[in-house]
Amino acid sequence: MEALLQHEQGGCQDIDFQGEHLILDCSACVFWPDEKTLMVADIHMEKGSSFASKGTFLPPYDTGESLIRLGAALNAWKPKRVISLGDSFHDDTGASRLSDSYVEMLESLMRGREWIWIGGNHDPSPPAGLGGLHSTELCAGPFVFRHQPVSGIATGEIAGHLHPSARIKRRGKSVRRNCFAGDGERLIVPAFGAYTGGLSLKHEAFEGLFDWNKLKAWMIGRETIFEIAGRQLVG
Amino acid sequence: MVNKKTTIIHGCSGLPFNLPKPFTDWFAGHGWQPRSHQLELLSRCQAGQSTLLIAPTGAGKTLAGFLSCLVELSGRPRRKPGEAQKGIHTLYISPLKALAVDIKRNLETPIREMNLNIALETRTGDTPVHRRQRQKLAPPQILLTTPEQLSLLIAQKDAPRFFDSLETVIFDELHSLVTSKRGHLLALGLARLRTFRPDLKAIGLSATVADPDELRRWLVKQPPLGEIKLSELIKLEGGAKPEITILKSSERIPWSGHSARYAMGEVYEAIKNHRTTLLFVNTRSQAELLFQELWNRNEDTLPIALHHGSLDVSQRRKVEEAMSVNALRAVVATSTLDLGIDWGDVDLVIHVGAPKGASRLAQRIGRANHRIDEPSRAILVPANRFEVMECQAALDANYLGAQDTPPLRDGCLDVLAQHIMGTACAAPFDADELFDEIISSAPYANLSRNLFNKALEFTATGGYALKTYEQYAKIRKTEDGTWRVTHPRFAQQYRLNVGTIVEAPMLDVRLTRHRGKGANVRGGPMLGKIEEGFIEGLTPGDTFLFSGKTLRLEGIRDNICLVSNAADTDAKIPYYAGGKFPLSTYLADQVRRMLSDPSNRTHLPKQVREWLEIQKLKSVLPKFDELLVETFPRAERFYMVAYPFEGRLAHQTLGMLLTRRLERANAKPLGFVATDYAIAVWGLRDFSRMLKSSEVTLAALFDEDMLGDDLETWLAESFLLKRTFRQCATIAGLIERRHPGKEKTGRQMTVSSDLVYDVLRSHEPDHLLLQATSADAAHGLLDIRRLGEMLLRIKGRIRHKGLQQISPLAVPIMLEIGKESVGSDAQESLLAEAAKELVEEAGSG
Repeated sequence: MEALLQHEQGGCQDIDFQGEHLILDCSACVFWPDEKTLMVADIHMEKGSSFASKGTFLPPYDTGESLIRLGAALNAWKPKRVISLGDSFHDDTGASRLSDSYVEMLESLMRGREWIWIGGNHDPSPPAGLGGLHSTELCAGPFVFRHQPVSGIATGEIAGHLHPSARIKRRGKSVRRNCFAGDGERLIVPAFGAYTGGLSLKHEAFEGLFDWNKLKAWMIGRETIFEIAGRQLVG
Repeated sequence: MVNKKTTIIHGCSGLPFNLPKPFTDWFAGHGWQPRSHQLELLSRCQAGQSTLLIAPTGAGKTLAGFLSCLVELSGRPRRKPGEAQKGIHTLYISPLKALAVDIKRNLETPIREMNLNIALETRTGDTPVHRRQRQKLAPPQILLTTPEQLSLLIAQKDAPRFFDSLETVIFDELHSLVTSKRGHLLALGLARLRTFRPDLKAIGLSATVADPDELRRWLVKQPPLGEIKLSELIKLEGGAKPEITILKSSERIPWSGHSARYAMGEVYEAIKNHRTTLLFVNTRSQAELLFQELWNRNEDTLPIALHHGSLDVSQRRKVEEAMSVNALRAVVATSTLDLGIDWGDVDLVIHVGAPKGASRLAQRIGRANHRIDEPSRAILVPANRFEVMECQAALDANYLGAQDTPPLRDGCLDVLAQHIMGTACAAPFDADELFDEIISSAPYANLSRNLFNKALEFTATGGYALKTYEQYAKIRKTEDGTWRVTHPRFAQQYRLNVGTIVEAPMLDVRLTRHRGKGANVRGGPMLGKIEEGFIEGLTPGDTFLFSGKTLRLEGIRDNICLVSNAADTDAKIPYYAGGKFPLSTYLADQVRRMLSDPSNRTHLPKQVREWLEIQKLKSVLPKFDELLVETFPRAERFYMVAYPFEGRLAHQTLGMLLTRRLERANAKPLGFVATDYAIAVWGLRDFSRMLKSSEVTLAALFDEDMLGDDLETWLAESFLLKRTFRQCATIAGLIERRHPGKEKTGRQMTVSSDLVYDVLRSHEPDHLLLQATSADAAHGLLDIRRLGEMLLRIKGRIRHKGLQQISPLAVPIMLEIGKESVGSDAQESLLAEAAKELVEEAGSG
């Protein structure tokens, strides 16, 4: 209840999806109040160290940053259950590279709640030594949670993988933001991680996934979500 | 009538020189005499002295630079078959590829005519791989190249052998090289060459500069402990004064804008009345526009060509060749043709738009009649009324010989990191020795050992306080105490990312046919490259000017921008990204002088003088040391316009900071716009009344302390700083350059530098790269240094004028409103607007 009160203060967008009430949060996660379930996608933890192993020394603070943000979201929504929609780690051995302090942080976030790791293309295996459930797919209520959206019709699918972003043009200026994308049949969640960017909804990777006449992009502002229609978007 | 030269040489040494007979005969055969500065430099070189030669364009600098090298090589016996290949004798470095190619052409003539046995080759980014390979095995005696190629050469394993007979290195257009990060990297390269060859002579060729000593330091090894050593100096003054005029247009000069379209008829007439005309503009887009305008009126179908850096290289070479055989009547060009290239028969230079700096103008005008004893002819075409004043100021400056090159800054840390990696790629190094070598170069003479160590750590493992990347180190200290590259692929990575010129991401422009829906044409001929940022602002179907054509955007595929020929000649998207160069401090001073004193305005055209007189009547003209601030209402908004004349970059920073302050003072500012001359802020509350009631004061608004906390807070979000960071990170080797054809597909595979910046700033704000970024911000994009000087200057000298309506002086900037790009606040409001539209639609439906 406290969480719901807080969301009245802005930074969120209520949507009705497959008859269920969902809340899209500015921090790039989705809350399902009836089930007290929080969904995040594509955290890509240990992306920094993954790049470092190839000689690109990105600042080694991405995992910490992502965990801080995740902690803030958990604190705000106090979910009973967390579903991480895959690519939680940048590669399959990412979890084993976590420093002790990050393991502790993560464990404290997981404590006292159900935690489900959906396997992603970057991290198909269960994260080593971290607990939680692991699955490639999960059904709950009208929803099916998976990492990669399947092609064709997929009623009730909530997925990640594509890092959706959207661009609008107004008065000759263009604005690009990461976004939630949905057409009432499926919902794709933006990437959560500190080092994850966005891929335009107009990119061919999104071809065939949405009914563009019904598509909405919920673009993430600094403190607000902006609801934009698919036809308002540019490539 | 020829305006006869008077040249004076400073720096006669009385040293002997040796000019063999074939050379004196060759000069005589052409009816020439070696010039005294050429002989002077010859004697200096023969005495083994590093020397800076300062001379005006057309003085035969290049031949002077090469004379001792040609003499020495001419005396060498031919290499006997089977004899070991000798390395390079003379290395010539120019800022431009085209210049290296051109110098080769010019040197081949005397070599051929004197029948000298000297091998002369160029090596640039355009040189095919097989020829580069051959050059390594059989080096020419003279190699003409660019700074980036030098970095690559010294990073190779066999670099010491390649350079083991190097006698001389010649830096052409040194004044333009030293002012940038390129100059920093080149200085480090020179220090490396000196380690290979301690007796190496360095020759600098330069146009007139404000402080020759800075260049003289640059050329020679600096002793430790802050002592300063200078090279020798030969300075040639005089030459024919250029005949420069400002276009006396009978048309009305517009208030604002950059196209100079009003003058096209007169420009075309000038082209018709001359043999060959070079037209200079400041930006690529201006070049396109001008070219288009000229073709529209080219009833005589004169051969007119276009030349700028974004065009495909084959197209550029074609233009250069046509130019050298005098097949063209006019070339429209940007700075790619700025420096030292000899264009034969050019008899007129037209400069469209204000030159932004007097040195730049002198350089460009030097292109016409590239001979010292004949005056150059040039016409300046200002695009608007402020530019008329600026052109007049530049014109006065050219006659005065005043120079406005900026003072040199200390060597940048990102460049240092790149150089450390390059050094390791060649061979294992000792950190103490490398440090000593680096501080022997002028830009890094003040580098502390502590910072050097930080740069070393950065190169090895990223240099983070959180040391988690040790196991992945790119270079590592080994048991013998030297630092080594840990894997050959890092050397490969270095080679692909060398250099300091970080361009905005570019897309290849390919011509295709206008396509119906669904067709997926991969594209035909390549037209050149265009900034990704510009194309992102377009939607398919939009038309724009490029490569002298009106093109329609068809779509973007990976790194290719597909376009088709558009039938209509009017491009829909008028692209103007603002001038590349801000107004120089010197010219700004001159323009302020014109405003303050009518006796400085006598040369201005009547319509501009009248404009200023009306300004005096309706408002006020500021005194030389004053800052004028006008406030007035207009269409339900209130405006504040200030005229600091400090250049667009400093004004942009000022605008951001001023709006923050006004916001805090509850003046409800809505936005601002900045030009080279002025800044305008608008808002919802009556600025005049607020100032009158002392609710806010101008002294507080323009107080220097805005450069403190306000600046810090703003910087945190500034996209300009993020862009600067991206450049530093790329140069330092943290982020790889984007290579055409090797683009990764999909954004999730790469990491945006903006995200890296945000994370680094919040977790390690004193990291080396952030240090480098803020140093750049002070000089570059934000011009904080200049803003600070201005705020100090105008302290206690702000002249406020409350008006009922817009003043004549304010008209130009008011016309710019709406053309500027938007900051993050404005972005949010655009999003809100789009979202609202949707809601309203839903409500009405």
